[in-house]
Amino acid sequence: MTESADIGIVFWVLSFVILVSAFMVVSLKNIFHCALFLIMCLFSVAGIFVLLDAEFLAAAQVLIYVGAVAILMIFAIMLTSNLASRKIRQVNENVSVGVFVSVLFALASIILIAQTHIWHYKTDFTPVENSIVILGKYLMIQYVLPFEVVSILLLASLIGAIVLARKERS
Amino acid sequence: MSEYVAVLMFILAGAGIVLVTFFMARMLRPHNPYPQKDINYECAELPVGSSWIQFNNRFYIFALIFVIFDVEVIFLFPWAVAFGQLGLFALVEMVVFILILLFGLFYAWKKGVLKWV
Amino acid sequence: MSFWPIAVLELYPVFSWLHDLLASIGLPSAWLQPLIYLLLGAMIFGILSLIALFLVWWERKIAAHIQQRFGPMRHGWHGWYQTIMDAVKLLQKEDIRVVTRDKVVFFWAPVICFVAAFLAYVVMPWGDGLIVADLNIGILYILAVTTFTVISLLMAGWGSNNKYALLGGMRSAAQVVSYEVPMVVSILTVIIFVGSLSMVDIVKSQSGLLFNWYIFRFPFGPIAFITYLIAATAEVNRTPFDIPEAEQELVSGYNVEYSGMKFAMFFLAEFVNMFTVSAIAATLFLGGWNGWEFIPSWIWFLFKTLLIVLLLMLFRWTYPRLRVDQLMEFAWKFLIPVTFANLIVAGIFKYLGWYW
Repeated sequence: MTESADIGIVFWVLSFVILVSAFMVVSLKNIFHCALFLIMCLFSVAGIFVLLDAEFLAAAQVLIYVGAVAILMIFAIMLTSNLASRKIRQVNENVSVGVFVSVLFALASIILIAQTHIWHYKTDFTPVENSIVILGKYLMIQYVLPFEVVSILLLASLIGAIVLARKERS
Repeated sequence: MSEYVAVLMFILAGAGIVLVTFFMARMLRPHNPYPQKDINYECAELPVGSSWIQFNNRFYIFALIFVIFDVEVIFLFPWAVAFGQLGLFALVEMVVFILILLFGLFYAWKKGVLKWV
Repeated sequence: MSFWPIAVLELYPVFSWLHDLLASIGLPSAWLQPLIYLLLGAMIFGILSLIALFLVWWERKIAAHIQQRFGPMRHGWHGWYQTIMDAVKLLQKEDIRVVTRDKVVFFWAPVICFVAAFLAYVVMPWGDGLIVADLNIGILYILAVTTFTVISLLMAGWGSNNKYALLGGMRSAAQVVSYEVPMVVSILTVIIFVGSLSMVDIVKSQSGLLFNWYIFRFPFGPIAFITYLIAATAEVNRTPFDIPEAEQELVSGYNVEYSGMKFAMFFLAEFVNMFTVSAIAATLFLGGWNGWEFIPSWIWFLFKTLLIVLLLMLFRWTYPRLRVDQLMEFAWKFLIPVTFANLIVAGIFKYLGWYW
């Protein structure tokens, strides 16, 4: 079937974009450019969610990460004093050790994953129709407690933000 | 899912058309830059320093509060869609969920964080 | 044809017409779907440019008549092709590039700004069966993709390396994120009655005339409509919420350093965004394409949308600009509590069945 082949191409392109932009985030010297590549990376992750038929998750990813977290980060960048003359250093003298360890770790995980035969992606699963309704029912019936705990967690982070703000002001 | 091909194609079509118009404009327009023209506009004054400066932290604070409310709103979406098929329990849960966060908002209000000084 | 459901072709006449046209010239069937979407994208771009040209002219005329002037009068009847001439002029303008700009960011900001505005039209229900793709997450999809507008404004501000531009971009971002919450909650007030996020489902659930539309369907519909309208006005940075481009203090905000076609793209995106928020209001609250049967559905959609656009224009030319602190505090201290309270009350009404 052509469909799985096309999905395969899209998947590889998206993965490539994610990896390259993630690498740019940790290697560029201009911190604003890093933030923009982070947005690109997060948006491509939303594309992967769409490939997995998780539409709601994809939209949530864009709305929260691109629409809120990325903007928060750009605002945080703007808080930096002397931004123009400051070139950030992304690497220090431990770079060679770091590269060695991460390559070793990547190789180990690739070998382990390849051995477990889940390397092949499947496209013959039946996607859930209108997953948002099902998600809503799960949140309201089965996962009530986690759902309410989320609101407490959000409240805690809100209070944290307030404390931070008051400290900055005074 | 194949409907999302439309989104991809719209990205390509939109960006493509914009880039083509830029190219057309490049063919048509004059090109005569000189140093005075290419200085930043600052009401006929020479700009002092870079504009990439330190901004006030209130932008950051509001963005921080916004992130929290954005996450809350995302949680409201599945509830709103499924609400027709759920009962009173779902309504109560959601009211509790909203009230907890509104309490946070009022706390922020009382502490004077929501003031754009 | 393999991954194109036949039902879609039957539903959307434009699709089947394009499909037959492309198939007749012997293209491989796997290319047909992407190609049709590409062609539809180009068509919608054309329609949107025409709408934007009309809206610019209309806004100038309304502004002029409110201020007891005539506005454009020279080109054609009441200057009807004035904006076309303006577009041609912008095409020939020199592209002034500031030396200290951030080259890549400066170049891509207008492109992203326009694409973000354009993407919303994937799910826009222009009429009965006139929709490009009826995504399950419809309205949420629009909210998600339009967040890229904020990113592009920040990019424009940063890329220009201009103090006015960066301040405009930052203010715009702060304002848009503040008004995003009340806007989404107003939309949710309607969604709990629909039970679906798909734009087609939203319109179909209010088939009929005035009292089947969500604005009058439950007692708190008008409140949701008004809060949505206020938040939407702020989302598209229009007066009385146009702090980001306040002419008197920031000269023009994020697009100060842009000229020629790049400026034109920001300008186009601004009017497209205004049309988008009005179209969402028409779809959610005013029944979309529903109306008397003898008038085609797309005329209804355009009529309702343009009615709301007119409202936004009247706002712009009759209200003074808010101060920046009033603006932010209005969002957080008034709109957010009101919209959440309205959502809770609407939920109670939905549970009790007190709507029709």
